[in-house]
Amino acid sequence: MNPAKLIRMANRIGDFFAAMPDREQAIGDVAGHIARTWEPRMIRDLRAHIAENGAAELSAIVRAALARLPR
Amino acid sequence: MNRLRQPDSGTPAAAAGGVSPPLTLRIDGVEVAVPPGTSVMRAAAQAGVAIPKLCATDCLRPAGACRLCLVEIEGRKGYPASCTTPAEAGMVVRTRSPRLDELRRNVMELTLSDHPLDCLTCAANGDCELQDMAAAVGLREVRYGLSGANHLAEPRDDSNPYFGHDPAKCIVCYRCVRACGEQQGSFAITAAGRGFAARIAAGAAPSFMASECVSCGACVNVCPTASLIERTAVAAGPAVRVVETTCAYCGVGCGFRVELNGPPDTPTVVRMTPSKRGAANLGHACVKGRFAWGYATHKDRVTRPMIRARVTDPWREVSWDEALRHVAGEFRRIQRRHGRDAVGAIVSSRCTNEEVYLVQKLVRAAFGNNNVDTCARVCHSPTGYGLGQTLGTSAGTQSFASIDHADVIMVVGANPGAAHPVFASRLKRRVRAGARLIVIDPRAIDLVDSPRVRADVHLQLRPGTNVAVLTALAHVIVTEGLCDEAFVAARCERQSFVDWHNFVARPENSPEALAGTSGVPAAQVRAAARLYASGGNAAIYYGLGVTEHAQGSTAVIAIANLAMATGNLGREGVGVNPLRGQNNVQGSCDMGGFPHELPGYRHVSDAATRASFERAWGVELASTPGLRIPNMFDAALDGSFRGLYCQGEDPAQSDPDIGHVKEALAAMECVVLQDLFLNETARFAHVFLPGSSFLEKDGTFTNAERRISRVRRVMPPLAGMADWQVTMALAGALGQRMDYAHPSAIMDEIARLTPTFAGVGYDKLERLGSLQWPCNDAAPEGTPTMHVGGFPSRPDGKGRFMITQYVPSDERATRQYPLLLTTGRVLAQYNVGAQTRRTANLRFHAEDRLEIHPRDAGERGIADGDWVGLESRAGATELRAEVTARVQPGVVYTTFHFPESGANVVTTDSSDWATNCPEYKVTAVQVRRQTRPAPTERAP
Repeated sequence: MNPAKLIRMANRIGDFFAAMPDREQAIGDVAGHIARTWEPRMIRDLRAHIAENGAAELSAIVRAALARLPR
Repeated sequence: MNRLRQPDSGTPAAAAGGVSPPLTLRIDGVEVAVPPGTSVMRAAAQAGVAIPKLCATDCLRPAGACRLCLVEIEGRKGYPASCTTPAEAGMVVRTRSPRLDELRRNVMELTLSDHPLDCLTCAANGDCELQDMAAAVGLREVRYGLSGANHLAEPRDDSNPYFGHDPAKCIVCYRCVRACGEQQGSFAITAAGRGFAARIAAGAAPSFMASECVSCGACVNVCPTASLIERTAVAAGPAVRVVETTCAYCGVGCGFRVELNGPPDTPTVVRMTPSKRGAANLGHACVKGRFAWGYATHKDRVTRPMIRARVTDPWREVSWDEALRHVAGEFRRIQRRHGRDAVGAIVSSRCTNEEVYLVQKLVRAAFGNNNVDTCARVCHSPTGYGLGQTLGTSAGTQSFASIDHADVIMVVGANPGAAHPVFASRLKRRVRAGARLIVIDPRAIDLVDSPRVRADVHLQLRPGTNVAVLTALAHVIVTEGLCDEAFVAARCERQSFVDWHNFVARPENSPEALAGTSGVPAAQVRAAARLYASGGNAAIYYGLGVTEHAQGSTAVIAIANLAMATGNLGREGVGVNPLRGQNNVQGSCDMGGFPHELPGYRHVSDAATRASFERAWGVELASTPGLRIPNMFDAALDGSFRGLYCQGEDPAQSDPDIGHVKEALAAMECVVLQDLFLNETARFAHVFLPGSSFLEKDGTFTNAERRISRVRRVMPPLAGMADWQVTMALAGALGQRMDYAHPSAIMDEIARLTPTFAGVGYDKLERLGSLQWPCNDAAPEGTPTMHVGGFPSRPDGKGRFMITQYVPSDERATRQYPLLLTTGRVLAQYNVGAQTRRTANLRFHAEDRLEIHPRDAGERGIADGDWVGLESRAGATELRAEVTARVQPGVVYTTFHFPESGANVVTTDSSDWATNCPEYKVTAVQVRRQTRPAPTERAP
């Protein structure tokens, strides 16, 4: 699926939770939100894009959250 | 006497809420006990004594004008009108005596001396209260004849497409005048002249169509003669039976009576009249539900299944069996070749609960995945998320009746006068009674400043800045000490409140700091916050102007935060009230219409919930979320999603960035469309399955107040199968047996598997009329007001505050696209217009227009009515301009009811961060004057 769109969606999720005072909790919430609402191929395609192009377009909180998502 | 007429007690019930005991009186020797405040007329009706009346009806306050309902009361002089006389304890009333009979006959005689005595040919066809009363008072002659001065030659007004006005039949009882004011709040009808010269008129206008009339039909409903009468009733003749059902338009969910005649298998609808038993509408209606039902039998209906190999081929009519076998074969072929997850379904929130339940069951049990989504995705999915996260339940907290107890009403991003007209009438009535009104909207909607309603505060924000304004309101409440500390301490999570409090109190969240962002003067925000927090019972009503944003879910959360912080939850007159767009948005979400949730908002990863459905359905269910509607289209373009079953939805007109949607639909191998008409999406369909209108099926809708109401079949499905039967047959063709004899059996299964619906069943619905969920052992007759003692669906029963950081939308005004487009609705049309465009509602609104501020229009040389080009980064279209100060400079507005103007060609793929609900409300655009008419086909 369109990686630019997936990146934008992920960063938007990150924007919301980044404002939370507990950083660890916020990272977990980003991961939880993606896991609970994204169809697996969306996560798979985002990971594939990152593997090929790096994660520079993703915000720090999203990068941290993706690392917590089960493979 | 029309035996189908609804019972009428003459005057409204006494206001509820008093603690005084009932009082007892005697009427014609019958002892009756009534609540204080009850009229003698109503008490008589309760005692089984019918007092003659003409100007009185129980949906209007009494006027005491016709003098037909006179009575005698022991110990009192004269003959008081029973409609305006309150019942008193110990009162002894006589409704019949020689003197009363004589007085009534005289009244009737004078009335009939100026009335055409054409009962045999009158369109009332016996449904005439004047005729009934003449009989009731025993009138045998009219001594005055018709040769004197009269009104019999007054010209008719047939300007309205749905009803006619014949002044000759008018008895000037003022019912229509009062209904227009009291019920609808339009005050469009008046009595011009006085004494004998008095006549009913559409205000100062020459006709109803030229007046402020909004064609709600309230005047027609109460007219005791055929002076105001529906055209369909004139054409079809008298009804012989009535079926009560629920309107299939907006989320108010009005109860209606479908009056019919003709054979049961091919009946004619004589008219639809609002039901007094409808708890959501209490006998009121709007132009759509009351009159715009002709689409159901429109000649454009397609009633035979059709298939074609390629979308460029002509359609070929086939049998139901062939069509369904074809669909099953295609979907299984796609799944074998491209995987189990390559197919899915979209189900409309116009469909019944039972239909949505079956479609999600079809997808989960027969397709074997969770790729099902409801079109609530593109309207109120942020409500589900935001209220679920904060209050624990994805639903509005109140009944509509709650507004009668509100002291402050805050309307955010909603235009109920256009989109929820029957509720709007109730809201306006409350405002006229003294409630204060705050409107937060980029446009000056009619609630802001109209002749009878004026907002105390209008926060005219820039599109896309809801979160900034709502957070600024919270800043004022927190920093000025306006929180309800006791409520927060007792009902909410302490730490989340502290975090939120600290966040909103920051200087950068003050109205002054955010004024530059929102465009709203800080003083206005402060005034609104103080009014909301300290004005008594405060209720928030919001709509798609909140949800359809990149921060839609954040805004819903911000609204819930405000209500919790000020203690405005858990009782009448307060609450958080999403005004749902379509008739069954709430229900389609409740029924598991979302790809990540099973019925009752339980996540697909919840093993225990999944297991209960697996046991019931006999299949293993997928535990990961499916594709949402926008994700389906993206997946179609990458080749991983190739088969779509689309029930009752038209994404090629209703979804944003239509160019993208069309490209995605064109990329699929099998698009199955089930609908009443060949809509825009049909251009991309390989299979067409005829749908059934709400008149052709049984089921239930759940309205914006969680009220589950029956939809009842009044005629057989034109295509031979109701929608629920089609889904059931398709499941069978796919090898997944579904065996329901009636939609009631589907609801029984829903109740067995969904705790919040455990107490719902058709028998109970028949008995009680409607039910508001949760309905279970704890609340066997439903739950009108949520969160009364806490938030039971939240951990520890505590409400949760969440931080609402404002994040600007990606859609921003630029040099290339300097204006912000926001979209909405008009009263006469409904969504993509597939229904209302096939009715006489076209007379009220025949095209989408672009509202543009005089300053922006002047800069572009645009005059009112000019064709203009509207362009965004997604696409371009053309429509005509309406130059108006309703919109602020820098903002343009249009509706999306007509495919010809195609507003969604222009809207973009920007969407809510949590739910992917499209950001219909903010699109950066440029507008240019066009020198030639628009072509019929528009790019892209």
